Amino acid sequence: MPQDFVRRLSDTGYGFERTVGIGDKVHLDFTIVLLLLLISSYGLLVLYSAVHPNQSAVISQIVKIGIASLAMVFLAQISPIFYQRLAPWLFILAVFLLVMTFFFGTEVNGSRRWLRIPGFLGFQPSELMKLALPMALASYFHNRHLPPKKRHIFWALMITIIPTALVVPQPDLGTALIIFVSGVVVLLLAGVAWKFVFGALGVAFISAPAVWFLLRDYQQRRILTLFDPERDPLGDGWNIIQSKTAIGSGGLSGKGLFEGTQSHLNFLPESQTDFIIAVLAEEMGFLGVVFLLIMYLFLMGRGIVIAIQAQDTFGRLLAGTITFTFFVYVFVNIAMVSGLLPVVGIPLPLVSYGGTSILTLFASFGIMMSIHTHRRIML
Amino acid sequence: MGEPLVLKDHSGESQIFFERAIIGFLVLIALMLFLFGRFFYLQIIQHDMYATLADQNRIQVEAIPPVRGLIYDRHGEIIAHNIPSLNLTIITELSPNIELTLSKIDELIGLSAEEQRAFKRRIERRQRPYEPVPVTFRLSAEDHARIVVNKNSLPGVQVEARLIRHYPQGSLLAHAVGSVRRINENDAKRLDRVAYSGTNHVGKIGVEKHYESVLLGKVGHKRVETNARGVIMKELDSVNPEVGKDLTLHVDAALQRVSSAALAERRGTIVAIEPSTGGILALVSKPSYDPNLFVKGIDHETYSGLLESVDIPLFNRALQGQYEPGSTIKPLLGIAGLVTGTISPDDVISDPGWFRLPNEDRLYRDWNWRLSGTGGHGEVGLQKAIYRSCNVYFYNLAVKLGINRIHQYLDLFGFGKNTALDLPEARSGLLPSIEWKKENRGLGWFPGDTVNIGIGQGDMLVTPLQMATAATLIANRGKWVAPRMLKSGHVLDEDGSIKDIDVVPDYIWDEIISAMEKVVHRGDQELGENGTAWAYIGQDITYRMAGKSGTAQVVSIKQGEEYDENELSERQRKHAWFIAFAPIEDPKIALAVLVENGGGGSKVAAPVAREILDYYVKRKNPVMTQASYASGFR
Repeated sequence: MPQDFVRRLSDTGYGFERTVGIGDKVHLDFTIVLLLLLISSYGLLVLYSAVHPNQSAVISQIVKIGIASLAMVFLAQISPIFYQRLAPWLFILAVFLLVMTFFFGTEVNGSRRWLRIPGFLGFQPSELMKLALPMALASYFHNRHLPPKKRHIFWALMITIIPTALVVPQPDLGTALIIFVSGVVVLLLAGVAWKFVFGALGVAFISAPAVWFLLRDYQQRRILTLFDPERDPLGDGWNIIQSKTAIGSGGLSGKGLFEGTQSHLNFLPESQTDFIIAVLAEEMGFLGVVFLLIMYLFLMGRGIVIAIQAQDTFGRLLAGTITFTFFVYVFVNIAMVSGLLPVVGIPLPLVSYGGTSILTLFASFGIMMSIHTHRRIML
Repeated sequence: MGEPLVLKDHSGESQIFFERAIIGFLVLIALMLFLFGRFFYLQIIQHDMYATLADQNRIQVEAIPPVRGLIYDRHGEIIAHNIPSLNLTIITELSPNIELTLSKIDELIGLSAEEQRAFKRRIERRQRPYEPVPVTFRLSAEDHARIVVNKNSLPGVQVEARLIRHYPQGSLLAHAVGSVRRINENDAKRLDRVAYSGTNHVGKIGVEKHYESVLLGKVGHKRVETNARGVIMKELDSVNPEVGKDLTLHVDAALQRVSSAALAERRGTIVAIEPSTGGILALVSKPSYDPNLFVKGIDHETYSGLLESVDIPLFNRALQGQYEPGSTIKPLLGIAGLVTGTISPDDVISDPGWFRLPNEDRLYRDWNWRLSGTGGHGEVGLQKAIYRSCNVYFYNLAVKLGINRIHQYLDLFGFGKNTALDLPEARSGLLPSIEWKKENRGLGWFPGDTVNIGIGQGDMLVTPLQMATAATLIANRGKWVAPRMLKSGHVLDEDGSIKDIDVVPDYIWDEIISAMEKVVHRGDQELGENGTAWAYIGQDITYRMAGKSGTAQVVSIKQGEEYDENELSERQRKHAWFIAFAPIEDPKIALAVLVENGGGGSKVAAPVAREILDYYVKRKNPVMTQASYASGFR
């Protein structure tokens, strides 16, 4: 008689005694906190040089990092169960605000991204969506069997496409891309069958020419410029030529802080925001860039460890998505500045000047730490 | 069967996630390695290429200002040229403490508050990094030496050599040629930024202003490579500027000197015109000023001194001074009388020394009523009325002509308008008419107004340029040549609206010119029969000159009051006029002289006119007096 198979529980995360450390008591992960502060300080140093001799931007950035850190510590104290239950409602609120932006948004430089509440600060609902969407999807799959069934994949795609479609016409291609990619990352981590993944890639490849005609003129130009910056050296090609020149002229060890001629003679565009890694590369050289990339790698590695150690689907998917989305930021920004991808407005995380992206990033790491430090002790 | 129980397979799900996370992390590491590779490629492998590119980025475009066209007099003497001048500039990026540097410069060479203010304004207007900002434009050789000695304590301070406008004749031709001045903020708004990049001056008055676009030239530029500190390392290529056109004026600098000397220290003005061309040979307005003061930047004290002086040296009396014509108008009224048939050459009146309008009590006196015992000039025809300057004759003639015909004929001679081709600053004077009086005074025309016009008084105002033009027209027997400064170097638009005076037959010109000749040449007659100017200039003259004197009132003399020169203060005395041309048979020069508060025209203004005519008529060959200026600075 054949013997019945007996399923045994794997001991991953279960039946495994953890000691409760000081970090768990204050709900912080010191590796994450240390790396965030290291990268931010490094970024402040580069910013300090990029805006030299005007220091007001540095001071303002320090204040923003301070506020964002407080938000992070606060969010880490809240139980992940709360986030899991809040997620659908947060998503609906974010969609509502995006729709409102469509009608009541403030126009800045030709795009409508900001919502201003009279008597209150303005903010970008699309930034909220960067967090709300992964949370909503993680929450959605939390209550379902994995790997996901076809209809669950369909609904998850719908949940992804709605906010993406609302951000594209603002127009804000960079943020739309991040939002879309974060949705896809959740699906991939949830275990969507590979045949769907490759099928979707095939469809995307075939439909690419159609998408081309949907892009706006300036978006088309940016893609053309990527392949041949010299076609318009004074217009769209200017930024790419100048940033590659800044990076390349930095050499192994750079020209030294404040000594970057590209950045300080105003050749480099957006040197404090999207293109700040070109300043870093010019002034601190290849070694300075490698140092930053290695710190990014450690941070993302820690994020994946936290995701793997999470105890439920929500925690796993959310922590994983936060980590991989963070990577998309890093990769797209650096690839764009070094001339590998078209110029889309994505800042370099933790380094670029600007308040909203810093706040979103610190908040997401706060939630990640909440997931990690609220694990139940299994015996 | 009921609903399947949802039982989550925790172990399986975490296994799936683990796999996916590991795959994802491998992709992540692969892409990060790709970025490492990209930066290695750009920063290590292609470093040299991009380092060169970054260097080339520091290429700057600099404007090369054109050299302003030179201005010559008719014989090739330099009137305006360009000389090197030293500017002091600061490159603000190289000066860590600009206030300190500025105060050190102030200690060394002394800067006016005005210069310091202007410097701060210029910093704000600066166009590119490392652009030198001028501090002062008049660095003497001595100041230059002081700066050079202290160079180490003056970071970013440079001395820059430039060409600036220079008027070698100083004040002599200031009113004739005008001058360039520094471009101020108002000019900067109006002027083309590109055309004037690198140029600090613009023609502000006179010929320099009118021919600005011709004299300026065209700006050039050069591309230079600067190092990281903005210091020019080498010149890459350049487009040379185009030199401005040189202009030759009709002005005769030697004649101008003689004319200016003839006026000596008196306030007054002289305009001399060449009748064949209308070219202005001399244009004197005294006192004058040194235009070079304005080129280098005049200090406040000197400027307000010039501005507030009672002698108004900045005022161009020749073009903008408006005076009563006085008796110089008489030959023109004579022409009007003859052409209209109001009088004939032989008609005479009996002059009792005064004139009275019918039904009026007021007496219009003759100028000599107090001198001769009986008063009046006795029996007076047109010629005598001109050479003796008889008022009563012209009171009668004016009343008979009436204001409308007077206006019509004086208009033919260019009064009441600016007929000069390239002197837009010249004023129009005032040729009164019935309509004018109604519009401007709200009054009707009174017969007394016409009587006053008869001797060039009342409302009528003329400029010395207009009087010289009238003298030119008589010399030319009605052939119009509009007055002009430019002789060659550029195309001058002739004014097509000006028509020759062809209503005057030759015998009338003969009659009038003969009368004007007698003003100077009729002498050795009994008392009261000589030309008014004969005693002063006519006795030893070797060529034939036609002239007419006049006096213009400054203070109006009331009815019954006596005019006593000694009682009136100097500035209330009459202005002395004299218009003339010579030689009569082939006029080479016509002029108008006005000596402010000089008194009698024949006594004071006529000798000035003769000195000028003597020089011009007797001069055989025009001589270059200052040949050293032949080439000037280019």
